[in-house]
Amino acid sequence: MNSKTNESMSLAKPNAQDISTKKKVALGIGFTGLFILVLALANVNLPNNGIFLALSLGLIIAGVVIYARDEYLTKLEGIKNDEAWFKSISSRGTWGWVLGVVLTLFYIVLYFFAELLGLGTDGEPNTGLIALFDPLSQLLSGRNASQWFVYGTLYTVAIVAFGYKFMLKYRHNRYQQLRTASVMFFQMAFAFLIPEFMYRLNSDVPYNDIKNMWPLNYYAFDQWRVDQFINSGTIGMAFLIFGILSIFVISPFLTYKYGKRWYCSWVCGCGGLAETAGDPFRHLSSKKMSAWKLERWLIHTVLVFSVVMTTAVIYTYLGYDAEKYWFNKDNFLIFVGGFLTLVFVVIMVFKRHELGKDARYGAIGYALVIVSLIAMHYTGTTNEVFYLPASGMRSAYGFYIGSIFSGVIGTGFYPILGNRAWCRFGCPMAAVLGFQQRMFSKFRITTNGGQCISCGNCSNSCEMGIDVRAYAQKGENIVRSSCVGCGVCSAVCPRGVLKLENGSLEGRINPTDVLLGNDVDLMKLMNADK
Amino acid sequence: MKHIVIIGNGIAGVTAARHIRKLSDNKITIISAETDHFFSRTALMYVYMGHMKYEHTKPYEDYFWKKNRIDLKRAYIKQVLTENKTLVTSEGEKMAYDSLIIATGSKPNKFGWPGQDLKGVQGLYSYQDLEKLEANAPDKETCNRAVIVGGGLIGIEMAEMLRSRNIPVTFLVREDSFWNGVLPAGESGLINKHILDHHIDLRLGTNLKEIISDENGRAKAVVIAETGEELPCNVVGLTAGVSPNIDFLKESGIELGRGVKVNRFLETNIKDVYAIGDCAEQHEPIGMRRPIEAVWYTGRMMGETLAQTICGNRIEYKPGHWFNSAKFLDIEYQTYGWVFSERSKSEQEVHFHWMHPEEDKCITVAYEKDSKLFLGINTFGIRMRHENFDKWLTEKRNVDYVIKHLPEANFDPEFYKQFENQILAAYNNQLQTV
Repeated sequence: MNSKTNESMSLAKPNAQDISTKKKVALGIGFTGLFILVLALANVNLPNNGIFLALSLGLIIAGVVIYARDEYLTKLEGIKNDEAWFKSISSRGTWGWVLGVVLTLFYIVLYFFAELLGLGTDGEPNTGLIALFDPLSQLLSGRNASQWFVYGTLYTVAIVAFGYKFMLKYRHNRYQQLRTASVMFFQMAFAFLIPEFMYRLNSDVPYNDIKNMWPLNYYAFDQWRVDQFINSGTIGMAFLIFGILSIFVISPFLTYKYGKRWYCSWVCGCGGLAETAGDPFRHLSSKKMSAWKLERWLIHTVLVFSVVMTTAVIYTYLGYDAEKYWFNKDNFLIFVGGFLTLVFVVIMVFKRHELGKDARYGAIGYALVIVSLIAMHYTGTTNEVFYLPASGMRSAYGFYIGSIFSGVIGTGFYPILGNRAWCRFGCPMAAVLGFQQRMFSKFRITTNGGQCISCGNCSNSCEMGIDVRAYAQKGENIVRSSCVGCGVCSAVCPRGVLKLENGSLEGRINPTDVLLGNDVDLMKLMNADK
Repeated sequence: MKHIVIIGNGIAGVTAARHIRKLSDNKITIISAETDHFFSRTALMYVYMGHMKYEHTKPYEDYFWKKNRIDLKRAYIKQVLTENKTLVTSEGEKMAYDSLIIATGSKPNKFGWPGQDLKGVQGLYSYQDLEKLEANAPDKETCNRAVIVGGGLIGIEMAEMLRSRNIPVTFLVREDSFWNGVLPAGESGLINKHILDHHIDLRLGTNLKEIISDENGRAKAVVIAETGEELPCNVVGLTAGVSPNIDFLKESGIELGRGVKVNRFLETNIKDVYAIGDCAEQHEPIGMRRPIEAVWYTGRMMGETLAQTICGNRIEYKPGHWFNSAKFLDIEYQTYGWVFSERSKSEQEVHFHWMHPEEDKCITVAYEKDSKLFLGINTFGIRMRHENFDKWLTEKRNVDYVIKHLPEANFDPEFYKQFENQILAAYNNQLQTV
């Protein structure tokens, strides 16, 4: 029975319906799997780690699969968002907060107190949860597990299991299915299996997920990594060169052709988790103008920080003397400064009119980096820049951005801030690709003439917090740097208004005052100057 | 600076206000008895279903109105005194205007059924209706069965809403096939089947005789006219169309028919009083349009047009080619140009119909028998591009051209299976057999 007495319950919250018996069983199975992990964490002595790990992961996956099949296959194909704002877990209710706190604590322990998970230090064997994963790690790479192996395995399991659920949810939509299959594949192969196998083949090559490029991968150019790549022969050099090509050639080209979605919602691991396990929380992202303003300041600040930090790190380990090796400290700074100046000038010359007021913010960012480069030249030594140790800056970035922002807040706060808080507010990679997408991509979301009814399903389901409706109801295409091209706005639109497309750059941005379907003279009159 | 008062904060009134602000510095006041802010009426169903919250149905954030100097007033206008250009609210408060725009929308039809005013009997149009439904049918324990009377767009939406909470629904439709006054038979049949697939008890060719009250004045059952069958239920949804919400204008001297009578400039018989949206009734229908068009898009277009007239550029309301769309449970529907049902089409209108053998997808293309001039298209389960059809209608293309170029107009998401080749093959096939 509904226990509410308030008459205007549409504003309050109706009770969600009870779930079916089959779903309860599925939850039981899944939580049994999780319970085994908890037992291991509590150092309960399990008779056989290999069997219990298989059992645990198997039960978790089975639970999700059974639940998803009962949830979606018992109904006709179509949009399945009933009760999203009623269910406690997906509407910032009690269960949502509980999950948020549990995830947050998990990330804090993972990043800062790995010994609590049973990580063996100083050559001691692993215990607890991490020891549970030793047999799998041995099988794949021939070494014992670390906290990162545990995390990587659970992460992959989450993407695969909830990816399956997402594919059932959108079984009428091939775009959603293909893109989900893609993130599942890239996580399983590139982030999880291949690096482990690589270690087996050549243990000198550092862990390298080749799709995880700088600046998302902020440690890509740390000295130890670059040294290891250089020292491990052709394969290492190939990885290093591929990493650089990814940043300057491959990703701008693909973003030009398809928009940043090729990465953010088809390849990226953070995106992969957000689109699968994070999908039930997508509507929680704030669509307010104020959130958009915060987003633009925050994400670009992180980008500037990331560029300066990486430059400083590389700067400190390069040599002084151009005689010994041409690529020395000063040439490197000149290269970075020159490259950024080139980008800045080209944008200002060709895209000035599109940027409007934003040009000023771009100029501020550019100026900040250039000033930092000059300061670096005058204050830099082999381990210091700005009279601070470069390693300090690197660890500050790693701590605040790499761990706290992307992990603890980015994923831990899924049930509170939505599933893309990191991608939206913090990811420097998303900022770079977004900049490319906004400036020179063929990608846009086309709106269909005058068909919009301003219902708001599109904005509601936008995980990046874009107010899609604000564009659709003006008949204006959506060309936004933050759009990751997940395509859910298009899927949920009840009137067939939105379509993700790659088309010509001409007329990509097309605001109108009077929409298609009205008097043609009036449309001409009102839309003349646009 | 004139004071322009708009009664009604729906899409028509709000569009007029926005455009008047773009074009002028006039003082603008929007009055509504329904809600403080503009919301999308078409999205109310999603609030009940839990897809969205009420706040998400507002197309503009609350700061928008102040920023654009559009005053909002929550009041019910009881009287319009046109001689001295004054409005009187139900509280007796008076407000002067220089120009008045009536944009009060619709109210659900009631056809004098016995018991139509009982508790638990309601339409679904306003915010208050949504609140009522939340109180009347919060879950299947409180509402063991709901009966919906009237087979139109709101009826099927209401059925979808109630089913989202697993409430059993009986759907009484007067016609012998769903919405067949508008849809051709094949399409109407497709929707009949889809309604049944959703476990909705669809009763075609069935009329309501009366609604029976319990001892507390609440509906407890309906009686079906044809069979005399008594169906126990807790909620009765009246969705047999809507009519203009203009009762408050009876004494005003403004000419009324079913709606507020307006000319092509959206002017009433009284100077400086205009009407737009659902509540406006054209003296003469425009083209094949109905004199009253209760559609989101036409409300918006009237608002766009009237703003010009009010701001000194007097222009006629000249809507372009007809278009519309809807969603029947899981099946999306779009229409461009005119496709009439068998019941209302002319001799000269011929249909080409294609239906997918298994999936819920079909199209109907209407054209003129002799000239083969393309008249319009209905699509179900396939999205089409408005721009292409608008252009082809303007260019007066023939049906061969349209069917051949159909792939250009496809608006389905990427990687969707496309059926245009099958459609073309079916079309060629059909021609050979004729």
